Amino acid sequence: MDDTLLLDAVERYRRGEMSPQEITFFEELRKNNPDIDQLAAEHTFFLAELEKMSDVKAYKHNLDEVETRLTNEGFITRREAKGKAKVIYLWNKYRRVIAVAACIAGIVSISTATIVSMYSGKKQVENITPLVDTKLNQFQHKLSQIETRLNDASTQIKTPVKPTFEANFRATAFLLDGNGFLITNAHVIDNARNIIVENKKGEEFLAKSIYADKTTDLAILKISDTAFKKVNDLPYTFPKYTAELGDHIFTLGYPREEVVYGEGYLSAKSGYYGDTTSYQISISANPGNSGGPVVNKNGDIIGIISSKETNADGVVFAIKSKNIYAALKASGNDSIKLPVVNTLKGLDRVHQIQKLEDFVYMIKGN
Amino acid sequence: MNIFEKEKALLEGLAANETSAIETIYRENYSTIQAFIVKNNGYPEDARDIFQEAMIVLFEKAKLKSFVLSCQIKTYLYSICRRLWLKKLQQQNRFYPAFELLDETIPVDEEIDEHEKLNNDFNLMESALLKIGEPCKSLLEAYYIQKKSMPEIAESFGYTNADNAKTQKYKCLIRLKKLFFAQYKNGE
Repeated sequence: MDDTLLLDAVERYRRGEMSPQEITFFEELRKNNPDIDQLAAEHTFFLAELEKMSDVKAYKHNLDEVETRLTNEGFITRREAKGKAKVIYLWNKYRRVIAVAACIAGIVSISTATIVSMYSGKKQVENITPLVDTKLNQFQHKLSQIETRLNDASTQIKTPVKPTFEANFRATAFLLDGNGFLITNAHVIDNARNIIVENKKGEEFLAKSIYADKTTDLAILKISDTAFKKVNDLPYTFPKYTAELGDHIFTLGYPREEVVYGEGYLSAKSGYYGDTTSYQISISANPGNSGGPVVNKNGDIIGIISSKETNADGVVFAIKSKNIYAALKASGNDSIKLPVVNTLKGLDRVHQIQKLEDFVYMIKGN
Repeated sequence: MNIFEKEKALLEGLAANETSAIETIYRENYSTIQAFIVKNNGYPEDARDIFQEAMIVLFEKAKLKSFVLSCQIKTYLYSICRRLWLKKLQQQNRFYPAFELLDETIPVDEEIDEHEKLNNDFNLMESALLKIGEPCKSLLEAYYIQKKSMPEIAESFGYTNADNAKTQKYKCLIRLKKLFFAQYKNGE
């Protein structure tokens, strides 16, 4: 049966425009031809989606209309009243102070602390993460200070063999698309002038940010290096559902120069202070783990590690994987094709990691 | 009419997209929500966005045949708005901590998740519609969104007759379907 004819049939069937004979015929046809039945089911679903959209559009239109009417009537305020405006002004003025105060009890962004380890002169033991210093960096007005200090510090560091590139942060990223598209946290590449990603084999590639959104804390990178060869068969998928409490999860990341494995479990379906775009997970994460994939036992990537709570051990937050779709859409780049086949499912953990390693990159830059 | 009947009628009106129902709900609830948002570091403009979004959540719910509201509309709307606003505050400023959590609310996390999913589907369809180009876009919109009749469409788009317009409409629909599913399956 022709696609057009079938669409027409499905549409008329849904609207109840068919005669009883037609209905009998149509239902028989579907029953006896699985192919047609499947296509008809697909059409039905699609038409329902289209209808839903048109309903919501019509409804939004009415909402706007009512809103405009009530605004003209004076029922809805167009601008803030003076008294309120003052409160808002004061709040805005002290917003930063409040944020700093909250921060002392709150969250530290993971990647930034690597800066501190640079500053400490690259000693073998890198366990000093003075919280105050890392926090400073989150507020741009302190950034310049840090940079000055970094520059002082880096002059004392033994120059590496490769003199070209002096990284001052390190974190994790992983491939979204074998053509060189990676995802990481926006805070990782915040203020970065040069970005380099390095795979397990130690091959380095130049990359640039094609999308970064601080509110969702997601960034998409594209490897711009011509030396990069397309990678095939990404083994994982990105579920849209919300993972369950107690799910066993693991991550790979670069808190050191070498890839590090960590495992834990999902401890809450919301993140810091009830943020429903994130999960809380219990895992050992350190500066450098930012941007790392959170993988469940089936090999689905359910989240991206973003931050941890400073004054509680093992309280780590990860952005839910469904936000990746929104980020992709917002990036406006439709050449990115997310992998659709999960080949990690059913493997034991060691083999899952071996397969996954090739797609998790270290990201560094300055 | 007691409150229960009145609210039921309102929800039915909402599901049928009646402006009178929308207006009643606005009049009865908007001030509370705006006061709440302005009190919690928002502007009146924010209140409008948040309220609209909450109204869409309520609409999506009201359309479900199985839906029974287990509390008053005002409690429901307030809970949704508070959740949405809290979320927005956090996204804008990840460290912003507390505001009063003592009001009467009901848990709405599932609603919000569901709404996000529907919103996502809506966006998928809308972006597919944007991509098919003209005249397909206008043709489909005229038929499926503005609900114009085929003869009307044939005339305004310059097709010789309704059947031609219809054939064209289905061709466009098939293209739209392909685009939609390409993204949809990619997303699954």
